[in-house]
Amino acid sequence: MHPAKSVIYFTTASGAGYGLMIWLAVMGSFGFIPAGRTFGIVGFGLAFFLIISGLLSSTGHLGRPERAWRALSQWRSSWLSREGVAAILTFGPTGLYALGWVGLGQNTGMVGLIGLVGALMSLITIYFTSMIYASLKTIPAWSNRWTSLGYLLMALMSGAVLILVLQIAMGMENTALTLKASVALIALAGVVKLTYWRSLRKSEPRSTAESATGLGQFGKVHMIESPHGEDNYLLKEMGFQIARKHARKLKRIALVLGFIIPLALLAMISAMGSSYAPILSVGALVSGVIGLVTERWLFFAEAKHVVTLYYGHSEV
Amino acid sequence: MTSLPQNPSKVKLGLVIDLDICVGCHACAVNCKEWNTSGKMAPLTDLEPYGAKPDGVWFNRVHTYEAVDEAAGTSRTVHFPRSCLHCDDAPCVTVCPTGASYKREEDGIVLINTDICIGCKLCSWACPYGAREYDEDEGVMKKCTLCVDKIYNENLPPESRVPACVSTCPAGARSFGDLGDPDSDVSKLVAARDGYALMPEQGTKPVNRYLPPRPKKIGDEVAPRLLDHHDDSADGAGLLARWVDKILTA
Repeated sequence: MHPAKSVIYFTTASGAGYGLMIWLAVMGSFGFIPAGRTFGIVGFGLAFFLIISGLLSSTGHLGRPERAWRALSQWRSSWLSREGVAAILTFGPTGLYALGWVGLGQNTGMVGLIGLVGALMSLITIYFTSMIYASLKTIPAWSNRWTSLGYLLMALMSGAVLILVLQIAMGMENTALTLKASVALIALAGVVKLTYWRSLRKSEPRSTAESATGLGQFGKVHMIESPHGEDNYLLKEMGFQIARKHARKLKRIALVLGFIIPLALLAMISAMGSSYAPILSVGALVSGVIGLVTERWLFFAEAKHVVTLYYGHSEV
Repeated sequence: MTSLPQNPSKVKLGLVIDLDICVGCHACAVNCKEWNTSGKMAPLTDLEPYGAKPDGVWFNRVHTYEAVDEAAGTSRTVHFPRSCLHCDDAPCVTVCPTGASYKREEDGIVLINTDICIGCKLCSWACPYGAREYDEDEGVMKKCTLCVDKIYNENLPPESRVPACVSTCPAGARSFGDLGDPDSDVSKLVAARDGYALMPEQGTKPVNRYLPPRPKKIGDEVAPRLLDHHDDSADGAGLLARWVDKILTA
């Protein structure tokens, strides 16, 4: 599949934003982080910036962005529509929670409860985003059980690293819990990603050139003449080639930068003490961002669509 | 509404494509483009039509495949027109976030309301058959309408009220009719020739059917060496030729 930059930014940035929002809600409402105004402004500012810029970016690949509001109407059948509705509804509780934290200096009790509702709705929104992809039977690399799990874990993981970096940068002392959570989530997300790649390698093809043409009864099917000499929309959108050429290298980059290096750097924080914490945590964040963007790019670019069976692929 | 019809009628209009007959001339694709570029889905935009990399919206594409049975030492070359199958369980309809993509209750034709389409392309991702193409110029999706503006058009003579691809096919490889009615001509044709659906494993329940190439006649029979109308007698020839024949034979 063609990896549209706007969609890669949307899924990684809004995922990280919702992840940060969830951690702000959990850490705040259970009293692990006090309702400091500066921390609130920076934390919610970053979370809302990531969420809103991601959502706006997702409208960037639309042919008619000015009609984007229409996408909210078909929540009964369409995951894309459900995602849009959930994203907008989530602004209610998360916005109130941010107001309570920054404006009233409160993040526990009633305000905390609203925050937890916002956290739950953020999780649901991430899940709906993943279902846009996981519901497409035409793309076996997406329509499997690992897709949603990966999206949820990688959002929670990036949110955890973000709140850890903020805590360290603003001199907060109580970072042990977020550090442990970050390490655990990075490890878990890495394992899920590895399992995802493994299951893709091992899975049986869902459709073949024989089932696509119905000509299997006459033998092995291959195309001897394409309908057109130049690439058409289908081949440009669904027949993306570059990723498959470099898939192994890119997977290694995603794995090392996205999971192994952040894990190592965060582990060094507890070993080397707090004076190195700022540089190590920022290093983990930067490496993780590059790794996750590579992972998301691969998620799109590597996914094969069954329509390529009509254009010379033998199985998908 | 992009949910599928709640009370679909029994009528399922669709195409039956005979792969035994198709000669791969692309006339269906060309006449489709001709009709539809000024029809309901108009225009079928072309980008750089005379440039180095021409691109454009087409609703019919004709592929050519070879099916090789290495064990038997046989192969078949098959021309294969590909267009929208107007699926009963159309995933392109249910994924649409705006309600632009819909399936008609009365005859099952799958259409796009280009006035409210946002061009998110998700329907083209959901379709296994590549039936939907994006019009980069207009920023919306386009697809086969089964010539909805032709088949019901009372200004046309009745024999012309079939999709453009059907009326133009010089070999008669394409038939149009109600595949929901088991007694219709197209349904009988499908039954008689073991017509099949494409990629049934995708669960889309296509309406269109493809008829497989007929089995090859392999045996001792050889083609007759002489034509029925070969040149042994002068019957049927012109007056002058018969006169010359008579003189020279004598």
